[in-house]
Amino acid sequence: MDGSKDFTDAQTGEQKIRNFNINFGPQHPAAHGVLRLVLELDGEIVERCDPHVGLLHRGTEKLMESRTYLQNLPYFDRLDYVAPMNQEHAWCLAIEKLCKVEVPRRAQLIRVLYSEIGRVLNHLLNVTTQALDVGALTPPLWGFEEREKLMVFYERACGARLHAAYFRPGGVHQDLPEALLDDIEEWAHQFPDTLADIDGLLTENRIFKQRNVDIGVVSEDDILKYGFSGVMVRGSGMAWDLRRAQPYECYDEFDFQIPVGKNGDCYDRYLVRMEEMRQSVSIIRQAISKLRETPGDVLARGKITPPKRAEMKTSMESLIHHFKLYTEGFHVPAGEVYAAVEAPKGEFGVYLVADGTNKPYRSKIRAPGFLHLQAMDHIARGHQLADVAAIIGTMDVVFGEIDR
Amino acid sequence: MTDALKELGAYIELKRPDCVVAWDVTHGELNVDVALSNIVGFVEFLRTDATCNFSSLVDITAVDYPARAKRFDVVYHFLSMYRNHRVRLRTAVREDDMVPSLSSVHPSANWFEREVFDMFGILFSGHPDLRRLLTDYGFRGHPLRKDFPTTGYTEVRYDEARKRVVYEPVSLVQEYRQFDFMSPWEGAEYILPGDEKKEEAK
Repeated sequence: MDGSKDFTDAQTGEQKIRNFNINFGPQHPAAHGVLRLVLELDGEIVERCDPHVGLLHRGTEKLMESRTYLQNLPYFDRLDYVAPMNQEHAWCLAIEKLCKVEVPRRAQLIRVLYSEIGRVLNHLLNVTTQALDVGALTPPLWGFEEREKLMVFYERACGARLHAAYFRPGGVHQDLPEALLDDIEEWAHQFPDTLADIDGLLTENRIFKQRNVDIGVVSEDDILKYGFSGVMVRGSGMAWDLRRAQPYECYDEFDFQIPVGKNGDCYDRYLVRMEEMRQSVSIIRQAISKLRETPGDVLARGKITPPKRAEMKTSMESLIHHFKLYTEGFHVPAGEVYAAVEAPKGEFGVYLVADGTNKPYRSKIRAPGFLHLQAMDHIARGHQLADVAAIIGTMDVVFGEIDR
Repeated sequence: MTDALKELGAYIELKRPDCVVAWDVTHGELNVDVALSNIVGFVEFLRTDATCNFSSLVDITAVDYPARAKRFDVVYHFLSMYRNHRVRLRTAVREDDMVPSLSSVHPSANWFEREVFDMFGILFSGHPDLRRLLTDYGFRGHPLRKDFPTTGYTEVRYDEARKRVVYEPVSLVQEYRQFDFMSPWEGAEYILPGDEKKEEAK
């Protein structure tokens, strides 16, 4: 008995076929976090896909309203925990825009350097785990080895492998030691070989292509209708990149290409990510050579940044300033701004409403993955159940930023 | 950049004077205050007009100002990938106002509006599926309203005896710490502890 009301003898259970509903997740390795998808299946074809999000909702935006601007910074590491510093960047840019603070050049270069390291961190994780979702085991093992090295660079800059809190309003927390620059440069010379190895494993791999080519095709119309950004846009042939279109920091001085795909399917998005990593390595090298020529301070000394350690030992005003900065925090003039960065996943933005006190009145975090996942129903419809995993993989969703 | 935005703001006001209440360019961003009633038509105009061409919706959110009669500001951000400019629309909304849904013009508004409904309790008319989005199944209240406590009202734990997760009212061992850093020298508008006696003596 299937519960239908008018069961007659002529219609046996065999003849009546109902669509099958399954729960994908919340605990599923291919869901890349805590995603619950309610899938309505006709055989193996997805008829409807209803994502249930919010299982990792921590109320970041509410918590931020009762903390000072500086205390709020570490929350951004915990949004997209795959590339933490890129998120902090948006927050710092928003505050700097309101306070009209000019960041010293050396700090700008360090920010570019670490944003690009973040991009490689993200793409390495995404490309290789997506390959894992479609059946390849080796790429994540190789990719995570490189991620480990990059996280050591994070650690050497700020003391933490993941939750960096390194970008600060007005600059970066500390200057980089010379030896670290040498090591990053050495890594940047060796990394293209590792990338070529991963490329050799996947790009012409028959199984990988069968699982990705012509799956999850995104057209230009879809991009506009569903508000995509980042690789989801570039994979479909639109060369839209905020680093180029609306340059922030000193990205306009760097020489890099914006790779675009042609067909907008999962495979093209994979190719775009691989090429973006190569471009990032080139930006990293440029940033290091520029950093060597640019000595100087890494913080715009003023109201929103701490005084130098040495000054604190001799000057009473500096000591008071330091104490007030880390207890009361700095005040941000009233106003509202929207600051966006090209995070590895797309446009990551912060809408900040300040009321002139030391706490944000409201801050809205605009995560790229939120819009990508929203379009899941549209993109996955008509695909096979197995393709759902491939599509989620190339959409690059991380629930830290979607659920906030 | 600012000049181009000013030109754009003037153009929008000229084309749709019925929708635009006010506009300004601050911090290099174009803000347009719009009337609530015909917002859908206005957004459609912004999307299709060749000069504006605001092709993608970036964000919808709200800001709560409990002291105002029109309590909420609903804020929309749009981006034109073709013209490379952005705009912010603001509209003030009463607590019981229905905001017309944008999901017919921009399908991406769907989740944003669900989130605003979830967090602020603002209702959207014509929305295809106005369910809660981020909070728990069966959650009550709207967390981002200023009168909602940061701790919430309920907490969950796993009950070993009943072998399931149980919901209980929040019990705090320590008062939630809301430090007030406002300096009494910079116009704090409250009576300092101890000063109330002086007031009584008068």
